[in-house]
Amino acid sequence: MDIVSDLLVFILATFLGLEVIRRVSHLLHTPLMSLTNAISAISVVGAIIIAGQHYEPGQPYGTIAKTLGVIAVAAAFSNVIGGFMITDRMLKMFKGGPKGDAKATKEGSH
Amino acid sequence: MIRRLSLTAFGVLFSTVAASASDGGKTVTDQWFVSLAFIIAAVSFILALKWMSHPKTARHGVMVGEFGMLLAIVGTLISYQVVSYTWVMIAFAIGAAIGVPLAVFMPMTAVPQRTALSHAFGAIAAALVGSAHFLLHMPNIGTFEMVALIFEMLLGFLTFTGSLMAFGKLQEILPSHPFTFKNQNLFNFTILGLALVAGGILVVDPGQTWLFPFFIGFSLLFGVLLILPIGGADMPTVIALLNAYAGLSASLMGFVLGNKLLIIAGALDGSSGLILSIIMCKAMNRSFSNVLFGAFGATSAGASADDVYGGKVKSGTAEDVAMMLEGAGRVLIVPGYGMAVSQAQFAVRDLANLLESRGSVVEYAIHPVAGRMPGHMNVLLAEANIAYDKMIEMDEVNPTMAQVDVAIVIGANDTVNPIARTDPSSPIAGMPIIDVDKARNVVIIKRSLSPGFAGIPNPLFALDNALMYFADGKKAVMDLITALKAA
Repeated sequence: MDIVSDLLVFILATFLGLEVIRRVSHLLHTPLMSLTNAISAISVVGAIIIAGQHYEPGQPYGTIAKTLGVIAVAAAFSNVIGGFMITDRMLKMFKGGPKGDAKATKEGSH
Repeated sequence: MIRRLSLTAFGVLFSTVAASASDGGKTVTDQWFVSLAFIIAAVSFILALKWMSHPKTARHGVMVGEFGMLLAIVGTLISYQVVSYTWVMIAFAIGAAIGVPLAVFMPMTAVPQRTALSHAFGAIAAALVGSAHFLLHMPNIGTFEMVALIFEMLLGFLTFTGSLMAFGKLQEILPSHPFTFKNQNLFNFTILGLALVAGGILVVDPGQTWLFPFFIGFSLLFGVLLILPIGGADMPTVIALLNAYAGLSASLMGFVLGNKLLIIAGALDGSSGLILSIIMCKAMNRSFSNVLFGAFGATSAGASADDVYGGKVKSGTAEDVAMMLEGAGRVLIVPGYGMAVSQAQFAVRDLANLLESRGSVVEYAIHPVAGRMPGHMNVLLAEANIAYDKMIEMDEVNPTMAQVDVAIVIGANDTVNPIARTDPSSPIAGMPIIDVDKARNVVIIKRSLSPGFAGIPNPLFALDNALMYFADGKKAVMDLITALKAA
């Protein structure tokens, strides 16, 4: 476990996240939350590794780990699929008016 | 939607084929592809969030996010660590069977509940992966790895039960008012302390597995206790905070597994939740600790309703309001949670269209904490086909309030209570509000004079320029449309 470079990545990603998300219009806070929720379902990656490993028969906790992994894959994958779909369903509803563009650009730059 | 599903199915199929092709010894090329896939996925997630800044580019953001996720999943499936696919595919099918119906058939008014539920799913995934990792590798786990693992599981388990509680309150399976008891904070912190002590011992000596169930139990219990004292109107902050926890938990999983893509995606989610909670707290002039441990709305203090309202409240009929709206130049609609409850957004749009056809300018003023989650009102209005350039933020609308001929408050109360500006002892003192009291006329659509979440009377209702229109939100607006057409 390379603690220093991991921490460095974490700190940089957090700062980047803060900067990018500060610019998101208040209009879109609900779809933003469902999008970040879908993105953080990236934990499906860790779950697949646990569920897809080969466990020897009789390996201590092997069956339990596999079961936990399968449940975790199902839970995270429901967020992956559902999260992106609902975000898109919400965003499809947001329509600008005839003079919408100039105004919305202003809001977006908050 | 079909395209989306088929894309996912294609990705899963492709990876299965690729994996079986390399069966019996995954090659170096595969691992090179996996690393590249993870790098592109990380960039995609950052772009996805960047494009969310504007409604015009936001849907591209979703697409690039999906692409990144697809790459990450495919990359994992063909990586050397994954060798058995049957159960992974079954789990995918179960996940899709849960996620797709939730996304397709859920009404927009239920978005806060679905969000709470998905935080619970994300958190339990992280917590279970952490638990499995612990059971497989203990007692040979390094100290730093163990610290990350303990916090991943702590946050994962408490966010799981906390989000389920929030879901219950939002869905009204559980009572949405704050639940308090004596020495509550002391009790809650004791439980958290016990979880941390158990976790601490496990860090020092990961072989003490008998402590592990206790650690999980205390973490789960603390999640329940954390949300019990929080009432419905504080849900925007709480949902944002749970969002941050779930992200942080996923990020910590990245530390444990040595996977930088997880660290990045989790950190992005965590910082988003953090920013949203800060915005929500500022919009209520309250601190995190006040929201979490203050048990707001449990007690009511200050002037009684009779002192404030005594004989000064005027109420009118749909015809009175219609008359007021005749020839109004600028009309401002101020929605709150009540609009969501009575599903009035479509009726509101019809009213706005009618007024606009008669030459009025109609706009919507939206308080940051209106509704049950950040941006809740915007989604409902967008659902009713109202253009987003007509939805105006509080800070932008307040300076122009004197030019508003009629402000129509529908289902909002505390967010338009002028006592926040005047009475420093009020529970909502200093909270920024939408200054409808400064408009020429204010119509308040409300079922009764009952107080809002803060439990205090609203002097707005007794002002000279205010008119109460007592009715259910949706019916009120529809009657108003009939009256306007008849006039």
